[in-house]
Amino acid sequence: MTFPSLGLLSQSVLSGLFLGGMYGLIGLGLGLSWGLLGQINLTHFGFVFLSAYLCYHLTMVWGVDPLLTLGLLVPAFFAVGVVMQWALARFRVSTFNSLLVTFGLTVMIEALIQKIWTADFRKLQTGYGEEKFSFLGLYAPLPELLTLTVSAAAAGGIWLLMRYTDLGKAMRAMAEDAPIAAAFGVNARALALLLSGSCVALAAIAGVFFALSFTLTPTQIFSWVGVVFAAVMMGGLGNPLGPLLAGLVIGVSEALAMAVFSPSWAPIVSFSLLIVLLLFRPAHR
Amino acid sequence: MSKMAKLAAAAAIALGALGVLGEAQAQGAKPIVVGSTLALTGPLSATGLVHKLVGEIYVDDLNRRGGLLGRKVEWKLMDDQSKPDLARTLYEQLLTADKVDLLMGPYATGAILSAIGVAQRYNKLLISHTMGIPSLAKYDMHFPAWSLGPNPQATVPTTVFDAVAQAPKPPKTVAIVTSKFPSVHFLSLGAREVFKQKGLTEVLFLEWEFGNRDFGPIAARVKDAKPDMVWSGDIGLEGNMLLEAMKKIDYVPPLHVHTYPAPGPMAAAPETDKALSLTIFEEHAPFTANPVAAQFVKTFKERATAAGLPYTAVETQAAASFTAWRIFEASVVATKSLDDRKMADWLKTAQVPTIQGTLRFDRGNNFGDDLMRIKQVQNKAWVTVWPKQWAAPGATIKMP
Repeated sequence: MTFPSLGLLSQSVLSGLFLGGMYGLIGLGLGLSWGLLGQINLTHFGFVFLSAYLCYHLTMVWGVDPLLTLGLLVPAFFAVGVVMQWALARFRVSTFNSLLVTFGLTVMIEALIQKIWTADFRKLQTGYGEEKFSFLGLYAPLPELLTLTVSAAAAGGIWLLMRYTDLGKAMRAMAEDAPIAAAFGVNARALALLLSGSCVALAAIAGVFFALSFTLTPTQIFSWVGVVFAAVMMGGLGNPLGPLLAGLVIGVSEALAMAVFSPSWAPIVSFSLLIVLLLFRPAHR
Repeated sequence: MSKMAKLAAAAAIALGALGVLGEAQAQGAKPIVVGSTLALTGPLSATGLVHKLVGEIYVDDLNRRGGLLGRKVEWKLMDDQSKPDLARTLYEQLLTADKVDLLMGPYATGAILSAIGVAQRYNKLLISHTMGIPSLAKYDMHFPAWSLGPNPQATVPTTVFDAVAQAPKPPKTVAIVTSKFPSVHFLSLGAREVFKQKGLTEVLFLEWEFGNRDFGPIAARVKDAKPDMVWSGDIGLEGNMLLEAMKKIDYVPPLHVHTYPAPGPMAAAPETDKALSLTIFEEHAPFTANPVAAQFVKTFKERATAAGLPYTAVETQAAASFTAWRIFEASVVATKSLDDRKMADWLKTAQVPTIQGTLRFDRGNNFGDDLMRIKQVQNKAWVTVWPKQWAAPGATIKMP
């Protein structure tokens, strides 16, 4: 085995950081809904792809700038999240059952996407895809750079909100002990609706940046589940910064495994890291 | 009414009734039911829908020409959802519950292997569209429509080598990168051997798992290895993803060959210009000099456009599908029978003219000649560039 050049290693680390940013952005809403609402919302992946396809459609058919589609998609998906939470609460769906229900919903979203856009590959061709920055022989494509920036901004912003605002404190209190929080005047029902809407809105944001960087095909939905789950679990449920940090670690580790050893080792990396973490932090939630 | 008039009326009624009966008898002849599955949903459905459309075009045309043995042909198609295990169940159901007369194979190697298992159990003939690994197709009544030859891991890379040797700058070094998807992985391993024998120096060999998300590090390693040629054992969109990743690090590969890319996206993207790939048919002369092929190209374009398919050109998949139905028709017509054994025995010694060339089935596992050709993306369209007798008029290999 010949050791890779510094340029190759640096470019691979950069590539891993960008991919980690995407893991973090997808994992953010998933981790919050799991940690704070007690719902393992597999539909989150379906919403990410639905948003990506809608962004593709709005851009390619109606000529809307992909970033401007956020203005439409984020509120629309927020409303969907609110309705979903209302339905799950109305039927008192438990944490385990939420996994089954949302899996079914994801399959339905996949079928819907396939019905509308067919199973063929769709690629969002925009000026953003052509832009890249070069520095010391390293290349940073604009869509990936935007994804990482937005992922960090969203995670940081939500962390600040959760830590320093009354709303954030109420959400944390609700997740910790809902009846006691209610006794202190926290409206758990309204907060749950707000949180669920926000998580699905985050899925919409992730979808737009996913469409900017990746080619779309409906069946890819499930290929992201494993690695993003690993990032969320490593990062800590309900922790806004966790999925991003874990995603970056996984992304860089995968990229280095590809650069130094073999690309076929990459899929082993995320779960190996998760197992190691669980071994050393068995009580980690 | 006079007696004569009554007789005339009775005769007219009788004649009319006879006419109606005769017509009813002709129309009422039981149709020949052909059963098959295709991946109409699931990960393989983009290509599965191409095969569905081709089957419909062929059966419509066949019935317009009077059907087979004086009977209409009815195609009973089921959705195997891209799952080989479901394909097995559905083929069993087609034979036992639906009692179809004949079988037609599915698309994709996994589903074909499942169908072969069922066909073998019931001694049924099976003509398959795209069997990618000939060594696995051991059933003696299985016949492939995709003319890979019995030993594609040696013959296909040889054809590729012969083609790139004609390039303005023939390669001396090669990077072989490949998906672990079975039907491309074994071709890539064959390419390693063939290129070594031909004197090419391998500067990089990499494998990735099918479903890989990040091609950035792979692109960076290819760039670092500075090969004269890249052999990319990819399937579906993997080739596009690799080229996109290369573009992001400002790297344009020299000669680059892709095994089974999705034809539409590979032809359309800006970074895929001059990509080379494998083919059995492209919609230009000399292929379209065959009037059947020319008509098929025209009909396919119309029907694919109406069906909303994003890529409406006839290429390997559609041509293999059309060929499968052509082999099916030829074997029924030649044997004047629906007897699976008779049809299979005839095919073993037959030469069937098809739109991809004349097919025979007298070599290993009923495979015949390797008719694979080399095509290249030029001006956002695929053109055959090798061998010369199948190249589009004036087309030669161009460097990126």
